[in-house]
Parts: sequence; structure tokens; C-alpha cells
Amino acid sequence: MSERIVVDPITRIEGHLRIEAEVKDGVIVDAYSSSTMVRGIEEIVKGRDPRDVWAFVQRTCGVCTTVHALTSVRAVEDALDIVIPPNAELVRNIMEGALYMHDHVVHFYHLHALDWVDVVNCLKADPAETSRVAQSISKWPKSSPGYFSDVQKRIKKFVDSGQLGIFANGYWGHPQMKLPAEINLLAVAHYLEALEWQKEIVKVHTIFGGKNPHPNYLVGGMACAINIESQGGLNAERLAYVGQLLKQGRDFVNQVYIPDLLAIAGFYRDWGAIGKGFGNYMTYGDFPTNGYNDPSSFKIPGGIILNNDLSNIIPVDHRSTDEIQELVNNSWYDNYAEGKDAGRHPWDGETNINYSGPKPPYDHLNVDEKYSFIKTPRWKGKPMEVGPLARVLIGYASGIPEFKNVVDYALAKLEVPVDALFSTLGRTAARGLETIVIADWTVEFFDTLMNNIKNGDYRMANTEKFDPSTWPAEAKGVGYMEAPRGALAHWIVIKDGKTANYQQVVPSTWNASPRDPQGQRSAYESTLIGTPVADIEQPLEIIRTIHSFDPCIACAVHLYDEHGKHISTVNNISACDV
Amino acid sequence: MSETKEKRQETYYESIIRQGYSRRDFMKFATFMAAYMGLETSAVGQIAKALETTPRLPVIWEHFQECTCCSESFIRSDHPIVADILLDKISLDYTLTLMAASGKQAEAAKHATIEKGGYILCVEGSVPLGDDGNYCVIAGRTSLEILKESAAGAAAIIAWGSCASNGCVQAAAPNPTQATPIHKIIKDKPIIRVPGCPPIGEVMAGVIMHYVAFGKLPELDRLGRPKAFYGKRVHDSCYRRPYYDAGLFAETFDDAHAKEGYCLYKVGCRGPMTYNSCGTIKWNNGVSYPIQSGHGCIGCSEENFWDNGPFYERLPNMTGFGIESNADDIGKIAATVVGAGIAAHAIGANIMKRKELNKRINRGIENEENIKA
Repeated sequence: MSERIVVDPITRIEGHLRIEAEVKDGVIVDAYSSSTMVRGIEEIVKGRDPRDVWAFVQRTCGVCTTVHALTSVRAVEDALDIVIPPNAELVRNIMEGALYMHDHVVHFYHLHALDWVDVVNCLKADPAETSRVAQSISKWPKSSPGYFSDVQKRIKKFVDSGQLGIFANGYWGHPQMKLPAEINLLAVAHYLEALEWQKEIVKVHTIFGGKNPHPNYLVGGMACAINIESQGGLNAERLAYVGQLLKQGRDFVNQVYIPDLLAIAGFYRDWGAIGKGFGNYMTYGDFPTNGYNDPSSFKIPGGIILNNDLSNIIPVDHRSTDEIQELVNNSWYDNYAEGKDAGRHPWDGETNINYSGPKPPYDHLNVDEKYSFIKTPRWKGKPMEVGPLARVLIGYASGIPEFKNVVDYALAKLEVPVDALFSTLGRTAARGLETIVIADWTVEFFDTLMNNIKNGDYRMANTEKFDPSTWPAEAKGVGYMEAPRGALAHWIVIKDGKTANYQQVVPSTWNASPRDPQGQRSAYESTLIGTPVADIEQPLEIIRTIHSFDPCIACAVHLYDEHGKHISTVNNISACDV
Repeated sequence: MSETKEKRQETYYESIIRQGYSRRDFMKFATFMAAYMGLETSAVGQIAKALETTPRLPVIWEHFQECTCCSESFIRSDHPIVADILLDKISLDYTLTLMAASGKQAEAAKHATIEKGGYILCVEGSVPLGDDGNYCVIAGRTSLEILKESAAGAAAIIAWGSCASNGCVQAAAPNPTQATPIHKIIKDKPIIRVPGCPPIGEVMAGVIMHYVAFGKLPELDRLGRPKAFYGKRVHDSCYRRPYYDAGLFAETFDDAHAKEGYCLYKVGCRGPMTYNSCGTIKWNNGVSYPIQSGHGCIGCSEENFWDNGPFYERLPNMTGFGIESNADDIGKIAATVVGAGIAAHAIGANIMKRKELNKRINRGIENEENIKA
């Protein structure tokens, strides 16, 4: 007989996520992923100036801040045939690269590490041994026995105070915590260092975009004008600042994040066989080096892998109405006119909220009916996993040397076979490995930008079509990118200078969605099956796999509600909505 | 410090000394905080004393309809040092973003703090009232119910960011979920509103430090915002203000005037109607702020700023100036008469210099025409 366990709230993520899992004989046999919060941003941007939309949709997420802004300006530029200057493309790439460094490091230490690292256990460590290990795996300078001893003393006083704050009720002493005390101490020290480091790398956004979180973007380019002879724009000081931040960021990635990742992964090799997905992976591709309209110039290639077959990369077409579709069969929205099980391409997307779940307070969702605010996207009817693992696999399978190098390095270091990548461990490792690659590229982008400026190219925005009077009466566009959490795209329809329709299909929509009419599970639900659970009162194993995706749930949920305030009266009849 | 050794919460001073800082460092920090809060130097001793004797403050941080940018901004705080805030300044007993525990263990940690009382409640996000609150449910309960429970025993409430303060993006028209700021729900307690999308990290830390240091809420303006951080318009502290006064404007992005760093009013800057510290404290430890990086202020700390667009059109009206009555009235009249927006600004900025007024207006109009040409 199986038992239903509920984990809600899932913490150390963005947004509100609930997992209900069936556990039988200590193993998960089925799982349901649900998001329980909605805001309605797509409805809100309808009728607005398309040039403003980036700011609205940027507020979809403040963790992966920038990604929705960038995707939105790309969608509008695509619709209006605006080509941005090379410097603007470089600045956008640099900002995105800085985001990757920030986001992946913060995910590893602050959102994911506490699933693997026992904070309290670090008190038992010998700081001299931690120092020896640290110096054997990295040349990072903060590695003396005294340094680790100070960290340990600090944690001891913190624990002795009885106020554990964010560490209260953590899974300390859980049988699945496998790290030696010395590695725990190393990780805790770097948890604190990373917390301080993360506020530095984002200054790249502040210089180009004025602030972080939520830096400013601009349809047509970027707003940060270049003027090397004035304090009115980007000059030698501002640019040198960016260059230094990027190099410091790359050092932290290479000397702290990656050595720690590999050291910790070495104690959890068994997780290379847990959290396997259904084997379909998708990327859209990103980091253009010759414009958004030339996908062959993208540093990260786009494509699809089906059934773990790395020998065949299938292209994706965002514009084809037969490829990417969203379904609402298990989501709290009105069904489409075509019926409950029909899907729609996002340009024709429609999403009328209709909550039909249990009335709060409740203990369980009714998973036989609709059970999430997340819609279910499919590519030609198939579920897709998106994210760092998809990027690394497609980069590897496409023969991109940078990806091949880091993957081969990590597999050799961990002494695991290539199929260990299709797992919870693989997902977490892939996130680190791509950060190595992207940090290098980001420094390259910066060098190219400097070279352009040196050669006298100061252009940062193309404002030829900034004035809405220059636009066609009707236009459609798609903006896509590889956000840190995976393939992200926005579809826009512009009519008479206004936003007529806007749909976002985001990485966590792909991964966290409820099942489709064929009963096919999306990635979260699918990867949890088969996961052992040592203690059903403590959901450690569940959050390990869920965190390996780096959930971003506010991103995943997006709806509009035509009925506005009257929706509560509709709710009473929602059971009849089939 | 000589009294019993039984378990009590550690004071700021003790924690700072324990971390290896000197008394001198501590006083520097207190001085900084005083300056930071816009206080006289005589307040330094008071801050130092408060820090020496105040225990670590329990904090419950709720997340409702939000994007987590406020939490992200908070961890960007440079002073106090970000790791120290979490380990030594406050006891952050509940936050979905950072806490180790999930599910039942997370909720249990919160309830333990609620039972003890004496905590600060921080709220990130708005509360949807549509459909009986079903649009935001955590652990099977609506955010409305959760907010009421957490607020009941709180010593003080902080509304982080524009979501909790004003409703922010989800409350923009047509506000599909009836997203509601918390002061419209909790009416029996003072609420510190710290608007911005997000607020500046150091401002967030500063608000908490104010409470801890003085044991009372910071002085608030009529909208419930701390005067120390929201007392000035971005416009009044903007380093590009002289260009505005001189009537020198960027006409569009990346034009010759944008490259010179001229005023961004004509490309939509909301600095003239926005109260915030962006021009003084700036962002991410003083690195820059939107205007310095070439983009106009979008007014993210103002109520209804999302519906006050389009962002790239100059301010649709002069209501933002209504706060300064005399300058404003005259400005409005002049704007009508002369028909040039910048004339109003020239007057508003120079009410005391009647003599120069005409000269400035004329120069402004001339500039505007030159730019158009």
C-alpha cells in the first residue's frame, strides 16, 4: 500500500511549488507537481505599448532577472524587423553571462547545497584537514587552517545561540547526508563567501542596466550610450569595472564553485542513477555572435534529443503552429473551444483562469481533476526537459568543443559513465559545467566589445523604428533564449501599435507542468519516480531532485483572466467546465 | 554583561566583537548607519548603545504574489555585510527563498516563532483577494489567512517592495487576481512601506537596522514610507539635474545628447514624480542607477507606476509636481501659456530666480527646437 506525502512549500526556489508523491516500500511510485499561485501578467500587458512590455514581463521573475526582459525585447524586435547594433548584442550577452554566473553559483550554494551539506556537522571537522583538502583541489587563496577554524567557531556560536534562523529544522543528521565533516565545513565556508561574492558580479548589470535586480533593457539595443570622452556614458572607467568584475566572477566559478561541485559530487555518485527523466531534451540556443536572426552564429546550439539518442539532433521551429503547443487539460483554466485535450500554439494562446481545485484549507489536491496553475507545453505532443543538462547534452552531441571538454573532464574526474548525466547528479553537474564555458565566453564578449569601441564603433541602439508610427498595422514576433533554467520564449502579436496578444512559455513550464491528456508526465513528476525515500517525514530526497532543476515557479505560471473580478462567481460552477 | 550565563540572545555588539571586529570597527559601523539614516552625528552614541544591548531579532518573511526580486535585492546589501545579516543581525526564522527546511519542517519553524512573539513580519508580495484568495495558496492555506495569522503577533510589519506596498505589476489594470497591498488588509498595526521594484538592498537593510537600533519604527511619511529613504524625488538628487535646468535633453536613445549624458526627461524619465534614494544611495553599493546608465527612471517606487505609461513618452501631465505647491502652480500655468513642457521645469527649478526666468525659458525652447531640427 502506498502513502501520499505532501511537500508544500518547497523552499529554496522561486515561487510556490507543491509536490504530492506516492511512496511505496520506501520508493516513490508516482508524483504530482503543482503551482498554487498566479498573477496574470500576460493579460496585464495586453493593450500596452510593446516597447514597455519588457519591464512588465521582467517582473515575472526577480531571481533570473533579465531573462524575460531580454526575451521580450527580442520578440518585439523580431516582430518589427529591428536589427540591433553589434555592441548592444555584446552588452546583452555580457549581462546574460553575468546572470549565469550569479544564478548558478547562488543556486548551488544557497538553493541546493543544503540538500547535500550538513551545516551542523561541520562543527566536528578538523579545520586543518579542511584546509588540506581545499588546497589540494583549488588555488583559491582563502584556504588556511585559521580561516576554516574561524568559520567553524562562528557557526558554533551561531548554533549554540539556539537561534538557527534559516538553518532551523534543516535535515541535519539525515542518513542521506554523506559528506565528511571536513567537506561540510568547506561548503559552509563557501556558502558564506558566495553570499558575499554574489552581490559583486551583478554590478555588471548595474553598470549597463542601472540596477540589479531588474536592470533596464530597451527595444532596439541598450540604453547605456558609449562615450569614452565623457562621464555621460560608458567610458574607460565603467568598462574597466565590468572587465574586472567578469574576471573575478570567472575566478570564483573556476576556483570555488567547480572544485566544490566535483568534491561534493564525488560522495554522491549514487545520485547518478536517481532522477532519470524520459530522455527528451530541448534547447532553443543562445548567445548570438552575428545577430538574433542568424542562429548558426549562436554559441549555444538549439535542438532536440529524443529518447536519449545523442546521435540525432532535431531542429525546433518556434513559428510552426504544429510544434510548440500549450495544453490546459490539467490546469486551472477554461478549456479551449476545441476541447479539453486540445493544444494551442502560443500566438493563438488563450488562458482563462478557472480555479477548480479544493477549497483551502486543504490537505491534498484532487489529482484526478485539474491540479495546477501551470499549463502543459509539448513539442509535437512530447514532453521535453529543458535546462543546463539539455544544453550540455545538445552542445556535447553537436560537437561543440567547449562542451566536450568540460563534460569529458568531469566524467573522468568523477569516474562515472556518460549515462550518469541523465540524473539528478547530472543535472546539478551540468549546471556547473556550462558555467565554466559561459564564463569564458563572457570574457570573450567583453574583449570584443572593447575592440569594437577601440575601432570607433560607438553605436548602442537602433532607434529607426522606435516611433510606433513607423510600424506596420499588424506584426507577429517570437523572442527566445536560453535562460539559466532552460529554453524560454515569448510570442507577441502587435496590432495598431499595441500588444494584442502575449504568451510566455518558460523553462519551468516545461519541467514543472502537470501531465498531458495521454498521461505523459513532465520532468518533475517523471524524474521523482523511483527515488528512494528514507524517512517519509523528511522529504530530503524529493527536494534534491526538484532542486536539481532549479525551479522558478512564478515564471512558470502565467494566466489571464477575462472575467476579472467576477471570477469568484464563476468558480461555483467550475466543476462543470468540461 | 556580568549577569547570568543562561541562554539569551546575543547583542549586535557581542556578535560583531565575536566576529573579530574591533570596537573601532563597531563605532565606524554605527557612524555609518547614522549617516545612512540621515541622522545627526549626535545619534551615533545612541545607535552604538542600541546595538550593544539589543538581542538578535526574530524575523518571519512571507512570500505571496511576488517575483522574489525583493529577497534578491536584500541579499545584495553591502552594509551591513550580507552574510552577517543572516548569521548575526537577525534571526530569519522563515523565508521560502533561503531556509533549509521545506514543507512541514518549514511551517513548524514559523509557528515556533509565532508562538514566542516579538518578531518582525516582513511581507514580500501582494495578496490576491479574487476568488476567495485561491490564487495564492501555500501549504494548503490562502495567503490571506496566512497573512492575518502572521500579522497578529508581529511587533512590527514591513511591506517589502511595490507588491506588498502598492500591489505592483499584478495589480496593474485590469488586476486579474485582485492583487492587494497588505495595508489594505491589516489595519490595526503600523506598516512600514518600503516600495520599489525592488527596493535598494541597502535601504532594506537600513530599515531593519533602524528598528533594531532604536527599538521603534522609523519616521514615516503620509504614505507610510521611511522619510530617511523616500524623502526626496529622484529628480532632486539626480546628477543630470543641471542639464534639465539648462534645458538640455536627450531626444532619443543613443543620440548625441544621450551620449553626453543629458537629461532623460524627454525619453520618459519619471524621476520628477518618484520618491526614492536612487540618486543618493544608488544601486548595488553605489555603482550606478538607472538614469546614470542611460535609461529613464520608470518610477518603480510610486503607486500605480505601471499604469502611468507609456514609459517612453514624457510625463503625460505635471501632477507629479503637485507636492511643491507654489513652484508647481506657476509651472502649470507657464506650461499652458508657453506650451513647452520644459518651460515648466525651468520655472519649477528656479522659482527663486525670477530675473533669470525668461532667459531660461527662451533658452529651453531654443534647445528643444534645435534638437527637433
